[in-house]
Amino acid sequence: MSAREPLPGLQAEDHGLLRFLTCGSVDDGKSTLIGRLLYDSKSILADALATIERTSRKRGLEAADLSLLTDGLQAEREQGITIDVAYRYFSTGTRKYIIADAPGHEQYTRNMVTAASTADLAIILVDARKGVLTQTRRHSYIAHLVGIPHLVVAINKMDLVGYSREVFEQIQQSYHEFAASLGIRDVRFIPLSAINGDMVVERGGNLAWYEGPTLLELLETASAAHSEAVEKFRFPVQYVCRPRTAEHHDFRGYMGRVESGDIAVGDAVQVLPSGRTTRVRDIRLLDQSLPQAGSERSVTLLLEDEVDISRGDMIVKADEPPRSAKQIEAMVCWLAEGPLEAGRKLVVRHTTRETRALVAAIEYRQDINELKRVSGGRLAMNDIGSVTFKLAQPLFVDPYRENRATGAFILIDEATNDTIGAGMVV
Amino acid sequence: MTDALLQERRRAAAPALDHLDWLEAEAIHILREVAGQCSNPVLLFSGGKDSVCLLRLAEKAFRPGRFPFLLLHVDTGHNYPEVTAFRDKRAAELGERLIVRSVEDSMRRGTVVLKSPGESRNKHQSVTLLEAIAEFGFDACIGGARRDEEKARAKERVFSFRDDFGQWDPKNQRPELWSLYNARIHPGENIRAFPISNWTELDVWQYIAREGLELPPIYFAHTRPVVRRNGALVPVTLLTPPLSGERIEEVSVRFRTVGDITCTAPVESVAATVEQIIVETAETTITERGATRLDDQISEASMEQRKTEGYF
Repeated sequence: MSAREPLPGLQAEDHGLLRFLTCGSVDDGKSTLIGRLLYDSKSILADALATIERTSRKRGLEAADLSLLTDGLQAEREQGITIDVAYRYFSTGTRKYIIADAPGHEQYTRNMVTAASTADLAIILVDARKGVLTQTRRHSYIAHLVGIPHLVVAINKMDLVGYSREVFEQIQQSYHEFAASLGIRDVRFIPLSAINGDMVVERGGNLAWYEGPTLLELLETASAAHSEAVEKFRFPVQYVCRPRTAEHHDFRGYMGRVESGDIAVGDAVQVLPSGRTTRVRDIRLLDQSLPQAGSERSVTLLLEDEVDISRGDMIVKADEPPRSAKQIEAMVCWLAEGPLEAGRKLVVRHTTRETRALVAAIEYRQDINELKRVSGGRLAMNDIGSVTFKLAQPLFVDPYRENRATGAFILIDEATNDTIGAGMVV
Repeated sequence: MTDALLQERRRAAAPALDHLDWLEAEAIHILREVAGQCSNPVLLFSGGKDSVCLLRLAEKAFRPGRFPFLLLHVDTGHNYPEVTAFRDKRAAELGERLIVRSVEDSMRRGTVVLKSPGESRNKHQSVTLLEAIAEFGFDACIGGARRDEEKARAKERVFSFRDDFGQWDPKNQRPELWSLYNARIHPGENIRAFPISNWTELDVWQYIAREGLELPPIYFAHTRPVVRRNGALVPVTLLTPPLSGERIEEVSVRFRTVGDITCTAPVESVAATVEQIIVETAETTITERGATRLDDQISEASMEQRKTEGYF
């Protein structure tokens, strides 16, 4: 087989990889939906299915309960709760998918934020019998806050409302009303029945009035992040390679991932924080020299001039620098047990850079159920609010809305080293 | 030409990442984060297919420099000789230093005590691994575990935190957002980093094909004496003799995972090339561990149990 022929198990076209998130609770049929996607796309293997069938029979069920596929750890089964985000994988032959499955309960905002942080698309489940609930608004708000470009509202359990077009259209209408107030634009609606398989992978025979794509068709055609807006080049330096061997005596390679935008040999670049400018001499990936590198590629940059660069520095294009900030305002999701209060000192980790920080003020807490602001005070676990930080060292930031990589940071407790918060630069 | 038009044109010229490119770039990023954040990491290399991919990714992450970590194999003493020979050859080709620490040494020290002489040594690797971590003062271990392997792994972090006792506590893991990994630890604690968390078995084989990676020969179809036991093919070896009444057959088989002889079973196969294996993997109806790991069949939670005891 020559290297140019498609790999077996894949078709000629490879549409890359899409990461998506499913939001909803067990009651909405979320686990059943994931089970259905895996089952109908033939991603569940026989022994996994046999285990599920055994367990289903033990519980007195007639058919395999597909929700058991997403059943988690023994520690969770003992407590009857879902602790954590679980990642699952399937492939259609043209595209690989990573599902981040987040538990839906109110107290698990932090799990949803975690799962959403790497997702290109979110599926928000709505029970057709119940319509838009507080939970629906909460999930939509978080998905939007965390910058997921595409939302899909899956109106499930259509079988329990007689596959009614009116019910579907009513829910669509009421969702539109509040989504508009949040500024959500790209949203699609699909009526489906996960339990019977209608409109998930197969169209089924019950929703003839619906002419749109099935859920899987929508996933197959959704664009992955980074492919729409023109983004600025951002290259946080992870590691500096100086082999100092006879063969590579003068080699200085700056290793990292293109977080956004693209770079080509010959481009004028600026190094932060020094501000020194130079040009790109070469872009390497092992023994290949690439003419250019686009976003999400891990490469090694060689520069024309000798510039003092270390881990934590950022290489950008000379004419489009980010903001160098010693004070940042951000939306923070608080992840720790104890509350966040003004005056607290902690560590901010942003791209490959870390700095100590002081919580200067907490402007407001966002009530994510009522979607309104509550002024001042503190943030408890799972709260989201607006926080101002003073930084010991400058960070090179873009607004999160423009750049998810250089707008995001995590907060670390200096004493325990735990990750205690997630921030998005306003 | 306007700037916008120029940008547009360049965007069209920059090839989109296919799924293997994306997975590779993510894994390289993770390896470099380990090197950037940890002071004394080690990469676990067994000679198995997942760790063969890790070495290729490490080359892409750090060449022309040396790897910023040693290679470590925790040897149960019950590995197929073809695999340990391959392990040593691969490390030598790369010019990187390989350390081997043996479960048999832990048995001699008395830190590993088998319940019976025939007991599988697989789970006891945890003890030897923790001893090696203490001996060298490693603050991070890079492993080839994947989330699709097993459901206790589906919730594993890319940077997984282990306490002073090497224990994994699923209830006490750090939230992991974006690709901002937190490897800060206190002395005695440890990070396990998994660069190919998001890869499936099929991705691994496709990557092996794309990169033209060499593997130990037992991954490819060969004829071997086996007996059929509880639905699995058990290879007939000195360590795994046939039980009375079992019939020895010569069968064309290959291994989907290679580990301790006493708990790794082959599958029936005539796939002799990577391409044929990819076709089989795409069409298989049995999960990787379900078919081949005798140790995971014991109970639904056995991997979870081993991980809480310090297993990688």
